[in-house]
Amino acid sequence: MTTATVTPTTPGATEVMTYREALRLAMREELARDERVFIMGEEVGLFEGSYKVTAGLMDEFGPDRVRDTPISEEGFVGAGVGAAMLGERPIVEIMTINFLLVAMDQVINHAAKVGAMFGGEVRCPLVIRTPGGAGNQLTAQHSQSLEGWFASTPGLKVVAPANPADAKGLLKAAVRDEDPVLVVENLPLYKQKGEVPLDPEHVTPIGRAQVVREGSDLTIVAHSYAVTRSLEVAGQLAEEGISAEVVDLRSLRPLDVETVAASVARTNRALCVEEGWPSYGVTAEIAARIGKACFDDLDAPVERVGMAEVPLPYAKNLELAAMPGSERITAAARSVLNR
Amino acid sequence: MAVAHAAEEGALPVDVRMRLYEEMVLSRVFETEAERQYKAAKIGGYCHLSSGQEATTVGVVEALEPDDLLVTGYRCHGFALARGVSPEAVMAELFGRSDGCAHGRGGSMHLLDVGRGFYGGWGIVAGQLPVATGLALALVRQGRSQAVVCELGDGAVNMGAWHESLNLAALWHLPIVFLIVNNEYGMGTSVGRASAEPELWRRAGAHRMHGERVDGDDLDAVLEASRRLLQGARDERRPAVLEAVTYRYRGHSVADAGLAYRTREEIAERRSSDPLVRVREQLRDAGVSEAELEDVDRRADERVRAAVEFADASPEPDVSRLAAAMYAPGSAEQFERMRPGSAFGEEQLVFDAGLGS
Repeated sequence: MTTATVTPTTPGATEVMTYREALRLAMREELARDERVFIMGEEVGLFEGSYKVTAGLMDEFGPDRVRDTPISEEGFVGAGVGAAMLGERPIVEIMTINFLLVAMDQVINHAAKVGAMFGGEVRCPLVIRTPGGAGNQLTAQHSQSLEGWFASTPGLKVVAPANPADAKGLLKAAVRDEDPVLVVENLPLYKQKGEVPLDPEHVTPIGRAQVVREGSDLTIVAHSYAVTRSLEVAGQLAEEGISAEVVDLRSLRPLDVETVAASVARTNRALCVEEGWPSYGVTAEIAARIGKACFDDLDAPVERVGMAEVPLPYAKNLELAAMPGSERITAAARSVLNR
Repeated sequence: MAVAHAAEEGALPVDVRMRLYEEMVLSRVFETEAERQYKAAKIGGYCHLSSGQEATTVGVVEALEPDDLLVTGYRCHGFALARGVSPEAVMAELFGRSDGCAHGRGGSMHLLDVGRGFYGGWGIVAGQLPVATGLALALVRQGRSQAVVCELGDGAVNMGAWHESLNLAALWHLPIVFLIVNNEYGMGTSVGRASAEPELWRRAGAHRMHGERVDGDDLDAVLEASRRLLQGARDERRPAVLEAVTYRYRGHSVADAGLAYRTREEIAERRSSDPLVRVREQLRDAGVSEAELEDVDRRADERVRAAVEFADASPEPDVSRLAAAMYAPGSAEQFERMRPGSAFGEEQLVFDAGLGS
């Protein structure tokens, strides 16, 4: 059924596209490359994706490879687990990370356990992709960033691209991986544009953070949309003569602590930023590791900024107050810098 | 297949019945020994026995073709044995030894043998249903004509995963038979106290799926129904629900005496129509001698004794490989930058212990 071909490209060629388009291109290329790859989820086909990430793919690859499901997250995430165990390469889309909670049993008790619990006799190369994030008055049940819950579970891999190039590269790496990978996308990032490598063989390796802005006074560690916020703050701080380095984690499990620690060893100060709640969160993990790995390098306590620890309210002013906005990140940076 | 031909004529050939009887006896003897070994602290964790359910287990597995797939819940010793996993590999797994079928990583609830199409023993009630549904989806995608049997207990039908899986299987015409082993109790809660519709097979109708109930202690009835429903699944991609009504003699697990929620009289009454006795009578009626039947018992005893000896001699898994198998070989490189700042001991226990290799 597959007639799609991927146009050969000049080595190193890039094109400006949105994060959403980069994800779509990644799936298009992987669907064309490997018959075992198929997409499954709510509204991914006829409706062209709740957030239009899969737009056009059902037309191109047919309803068997871009499979609409009923609203049954536990059922179809589990079906992804089973299909993966038999050698398929399912990409399961969950409309938002909030809805992944109803499939938690399949993710944590099943997908994450297959490799170890069965002694390596069978593997589960499943991809689950889902956006998190807040900021559109979607309120308490639809605004969460829960990736830390998943990243705390051995047996899973969790990646969280912060720009279009990594959206493509990490999703492709996830599809080609032999283990269950959760790809945490982000609603505000879907429209962000950036240069994206066109080489169908280009992947972003899992487990490698990236210094996305170099600096010498302070290291800001972030992932997903918090990287955008941190880069904005770093730009503002530069105008005051403060040089902030920004590390994009890209991958939460495995976690590239080496790159973070090397940065902190240069700057001697660290600020961790996330869109989720900090308690028991990604920033809690990063701060603990910096505290141990960089004890002798630190000139100030590691600081953290995250979502205010309340269920996100509807009213625009309350929502804005709760989110980890530039002002709070900037204030935290000054605190770490004693300025 | 000889079995199929004979069943069409209404009777199992004596040699086939004899073989199935032998499997049933092996299962019973194995479970009895497992309880003994549990009490001797050779087996830890949970240990769910299936004594009394042998006709269902052996009958359904006999209906599977070699390439068909099997998924079960946690009461899976009998299914593993019936599917041909050696008593040695099963007992070694129960003992937590490296020669176990899951290399000591799974234990009693997580037996498997992928080479025999047995994709696990799963421990969360109804969690195996979506997984089995996905296996059936993969069979279709791969153009294979085989089917999946997904075993579940009577307690699982009140879980959301049950409804979601049946709906997907029916909607997508998947080759799967959901086998409800109704042993009348989900832990200590009887079907009547748990299910508003106690005829569990009727729930298939909500998804316009075929459902039926058999006497799970009647080997022939189980075999006939399983073969027929599996054939429909393979040939016409017709999913189905088969409810086999049986009884477990022991408690929910070895830790449960099984008497808080049912009477000794009830157990005794059910034991009086023991499926093993029923098949033994049939064999006797067919002219099998008492000596031959005693040979079956003796062979089962010997095999289980050998399994215990094997398990006892099998080495414990190597602690220096604690993290092996969790991630696919080749993943070590992805994790190599995760070491700094790890919790105390993590590097030795995980990163240096087979992580991603």
